[in-house]
Amino acid sequence: MPESFARWLANAGISAGFRTLFYKEVLRFWKVSFQTLAAPILNALLFLLIFSHVLDRHVTVYGDIAYTTFLVPGLVMMSLLQNAFANSSSSLIQSKITGNIIFVLLPPLSYRSFYAAYTLAAVLRGLFVGLGVWLVALPLVDLPLAQPIWILAFAVLGGALLATFGILAGIWADKFDQLGAFQNFLIMPLTMLSGVFYSIHSLPPLWQQISRANPFFFMIDGFRHGFFGQSDVSPWLSLGVVSACFAMFAILTLALLARGYKLRG
Amino acid sequence: MPVPAIRIDAVTKSYGSFMALAGIDLEIAQGEFFGLLGPNGAGKTTLISTLAGLTRPTSGKLFVMGCDVVGDYREARRRLGVVPQELVFDPFFTVREMLRIQSGYFGIRGNDDWIDEILARLDLAAKADTNMRVLSGGMKRRVLVAQALVHRPPVIVLDEPTAGVDVELRQGLWHFVKKLNADGHTIVLTTHYLEEAETLCGRIAMLKAGQIVALDSTANLLKRFSRRALRLRLARPELALARGGVANDAGWVEFGFESATEIEPLLAGLRLAGAGLEDIQLGEPDLEQVFVGVMNA
Ligand SMILES: Nc1ncnc2c1ncn2[C@@H]1O[C@H](COP(=O)(O)OP(=O)(O)O)[C@@H](O)[C@H]1O
Ligand SMILES: [Mg+2]
Repeated sequence: MPESFARWLANAGISAGFRTLFYKEVLRFWKVSFQTLAAPILNALLFLLIFSHVLDRHVTVYGDIAYTTFLVPGLVMMSLLQNAFANSSSSLIQSKITGNIIFVLLPPLSYRSFYAAYTLAAVLRGLFVGLGVWLVALPLVDLPLAQPIWILAFAVLGGALLATFGILAGIWADKFDQLGAFQNFLIMPLTMLSGVFYSIHSLPPLWQQISRANPFFFMIDGFRHGFFGQSDVSPWLSLGVVSACFAMFAILTLALLARGYKLRG
Repeated sequence: MPVPAIRIDAVTKSYGSFMALAGIDLEIAQGEFFGLLGPNGAGKTTLISTLAGLTRPTSGKLFVMGCDVVGDYREARRRLGVVPQELVFDPFFTVREMLRIQSGYFGIRGNDDWIDEILARLDLAAKADTNMRVLSGGMKRRVLVAQALVHRPPVIVLDEPTAGVDVELRQGLWHFVKKLNADGHTIVLTTHYLEEAETLCGRIAMLKAGQIVALDSTANLLKRFSRRALRLRLARPELALARGGVANDAGWVEFGFESATEIEPLLAGLRLAGAGLEDIQLGEPDLEQVFVGVMNA
């Protein structure tokens, strides 16, 4: 698949440098898809089996939606976001540590191509994983698709935000454990506390307020709206928040890349 | 006059209060085979990195074939091929994939004919579909050379390409690089093997603590800085030592001289004194002497 994909990009008249870097980044996770795609899908499936077994008969959300059904979009989005982050951040830190980052620093690639290629490849990995989680969950739940355009919008935008975040983390970190800290102390808690596993309406008022300071909440809530046609807050509000976050981090990352921050000493 | 292959104007690079490059001015003409020598930490790699855009100079300007490496980085990088000092590789790819990807970064499509030619000339053809991970160090080094050439750069910089490489590969590599030079490529080379620099390079700069301390043609450097040596083995070496000779480890007494006319009176004097000449050797000047002389100056 990657070969024909590269040809398709070539025919679309997109800059060769960007195209190649994007292709290389896709090939990189594709070649180890057992780890980069299959493993996270299996992970999400385990969550789903355990939680549904424990909770399904006892809990309903939004009135009459079974808990497992409510849970699936959250799991899909969580997997998508985490893998988008993992892709760009681990690719960059690996290249920095092994030194092969110079292969992309020596050629005449612009920092914009650099940013776009790493971001889009990471989004693509996120989408693959998300799609995989959704597919394996299909036989287990009866999941509606109320407004699929929201699903697509939040999948792409959320993926791009986390991919960008991954680039920032990958540029900033000098060691794997710094990246691990990023993942364990920031990304994981924010995802876990974002309403993947619950509707924030089930929380005490103070925690509802706190959840609203978490951009992950808006990504997941908006994404879920695409399935159920209802959500904790308006999807337009979520779209606004997520877009604003994305724009902010994209600008910051582009500015750092333009300066060669940590990449060109 | 054609534009120089490389022009470096008053370049400095500091890391905090440490000056890795303390004001470098250098011009290398097209077609030169140029050597950049200096002890570890002299700043050779730093200078190459600023040229390649991997490092930003603190002040000063650098040009590759007239293109500013900061202001016009795209054009400058198209004209430059760099073989890095570190043996880096991407474990995800095969040799051919690596070279295709590298071509793509330079905007070159359908580069397979040239890739095949480089592979053949570097004796890598049999390894084309081997993953980078399983190649030996020498093979990885050759792939780095191949990668630096995919975009046919007019200027090629090799940073210690033969460090840790066996003799056979070194010979092969130099043969290849000489051919590139004969084809019109400008070559800049750093190496620890001074005899290599001596035979290959037409001109040499010696770097010490971020400064150029010697810059001349190899022939001039050899003439200017190094004396030929006359080595004698004598029955009574103390007589030679009294005349300014220096005993070396191998039991010879060594005299430096610039002109052969100095030898005759010396030998006559020793004979008169009855020093008892047993054996005689002539040492030709070499770059190592020049290097040691310059670095200790
Ligand atoms: N990123 C860096 N930060 C601090 N010092 C550096 C950095 N890179 C190189 N140096 C220092 O600059 C000096 C020159 O290094 P280098 O150019 O690698 O020397 P050479 O290649 O001639 O052996 C060394 O003292 C090295 O420690
Ligand atoms: Mg060096």
